Amino acid sequence: MNKILGNKTAIAIFTVPALVLFGGTILYSIIMSFRYSLLDWNGFGEGVFVGFANYVKLFQDKVFLRAAGNSLLLGAITLVTQLPLALLLALILTSGIKGEGFYRTVFFIPMTLSSVVIGQLWLKIYNPNYGILNTLLGALGLESLQRNWLGDVDTALLSAFVPIIWQNVGYHMLLFYTSIKSISRDVIEAAKLDGATGFTSAIYITIPLVKPMIRTCAIFVIIGSLKAFDMIYVLTNGGPVHMTEVPSSLMFSNIFNLNKYGYGSSISIFIVVECIIMALVLQKMFHVKDE
Amino acid sequence: MSEKMKSRSGNRLVRLIITVFLVLWAALQIYPLIWLVFFSFKSNEEIFGGNIAGPPLVWKVENYSNALMSGNVFRYLFNSIWVSLVVVAVTTVLVATSAYALSRMRWKLKKPVYWIFISGMTIPVHATLLPLFLIFRSLHFVNTPMAILLPYTVFALPTGIMILTNAYATLPIEMEESACIDGCNVYQMFWKIMFPLVKPTLAAIAMFTFLSSWNELMFAMTFISDPKWKTLTVGLQSLSGMFYTEWGPIGAGMVVATGPVLLIYLLLSKQVQNALVMGAVKG
Repeated sequence: MNKILGNKTAIAIFTVPALVLFGGTILYSIIMSFRYSLLDWNGFGEGVFVGFANYVKLFQDKVFLRAAGNSLLLGAITLVTQLPLALLLALILTSGIKGEGFYRTVFFIPMTLSSVVIGQLWLKIYNPNYGILNTLLGALGLESLQRNWLGDVDTALLSAFVPIIWQNVGYHMLLFYTSIKSISRDVIEAAKLDGATGFTSAIYITIPLVKPMIRTCAIFVIIGSLKAFDMIYVLTNGGPVHMTEVPSSLMFSNIFNLNKYGYGSSISIFIVVECIIMALVLQKMFHVKDE
Repeated sequence: MSEKMKSRSGNRLVRLIITVFLVLWAALQIYPLIWLVFFSFKSNEEIFGGNIAGPPLVWKVENYSNALMSGNVFRYLFNSIWVSLVVVAVTTVLVATSAYALSRMRWKLKKPVYWIFISGMTIPVHATLLPLFLIFRSLHFVNTPMAILLPYTVFALPTGIMILTNAYATLPIEMEESACIDGCNVYQMFWKIMFPLVKPTLAAIAMFTFLSSWNELMFAMTFISDPKWKTLTVGLQSLSGMFYTEWGPIGAGMVVATGPVLLIYLLLSKQVQNALVMGAVKG
């Protein structure tokens, strides 16, 4: 048995292809990204080694600081809107209402669509002249609220966030739903016998029991916001005047539009480090709360 | 009014509010898609002439032939399908074999190798974009399908390996012991005994791998600019530039891009939901 399961040739055949692909692409790329971030390099010829100068510049760059702030703001807004909404929907759907399966399927549909389709669709929804949003406001007699949602510096950022939140509610709803469904029936029955009704049992029984899932979702939401790219790229590409910039869109334009390979790479390393630190901090925070 | 009746009518009110809330939210999630289908059949005159929200008065089917022919959507659709299928096939093989070795087989470096793979889950794809671009340029992969097949597969590995390693770990050791007595070698043990048992999990991994390849944008738009190899996500972006002022064909392209996945989802909604939950919970 030991001999069979310790077969070195088999182990190599099974793991080496995946390991080579993985190491050759991901690990190599991260190391190279870090190396590039120490260079002043426009992509042609050799870069000049400048140490951590790019990082120093990064934290003096107003546009970058706004981008970093925007992604944190997205995380915060998503946390206080998307998660409570998703939890509420999951609580309702698990309370034994009619059409449970139907609603679950419908709420999840946006998750299966690509950000490009959703982004393009929302571009049309926000269209200042013919979009459904301004049309609706007009029909309700609220012409004063009509505006160029994604073009106006005051509304662009929030307007770009709405589709991101809209798309992912169903996903978190489903995670909460699955988690609530896995609570043992006995617990619920016992609570019922003690006189807990829908609302009180949700507050005192269900929500405490799904806390681990709330935590997981909170981490997802925040890390996801730090990495946000697709929807911003499709909707505004960081504009107007960098109002909706996020770190990854800024990285992309620095590298591929401005040929600032070194500076752009320092942004991507910033994203990596920020994600790792944020994940550790959040884990720690939740851990402390537990005790 | 007695206590009981009061609470019953209160209940009815609560139930009404809940139903209204659910219906409103469902409408908010679905109406944009219905609206998309509507305007994909409309002419510009109709959209700009006042009928924005409702169903088209004249169903303009040419929008679809326009998008499919001059907009190349057919080609993009075909590319997306085969690219996603190849990624799923390669990922499935790599994940099934490496997770087996990482979970059931006995060797010294098992733990560190496992953690190397898992570390990949925390790495944002952005950080690999420029280095991959430079490697691919020197290998002449840019503007070939290899440039997206490779990163899609590699980035599908960590989550897949983690989930499947856990799935293998739940199988009882007796299965292998009895196979051992029957004189199986390790390849037979993997292929005949263990592999069939993790097939459902592997199917779920295949599903979310398919969805993420199908929807990926950043690698595709950075590495592919030749219309011959564009996938749907990038194709739609260029379509919206090409038909900037014409809503119908863009809408048609979006419907074509969304249709197949939506259909699969509606047919297999339970499985797709489970697959995505699994990808999240274990990841």
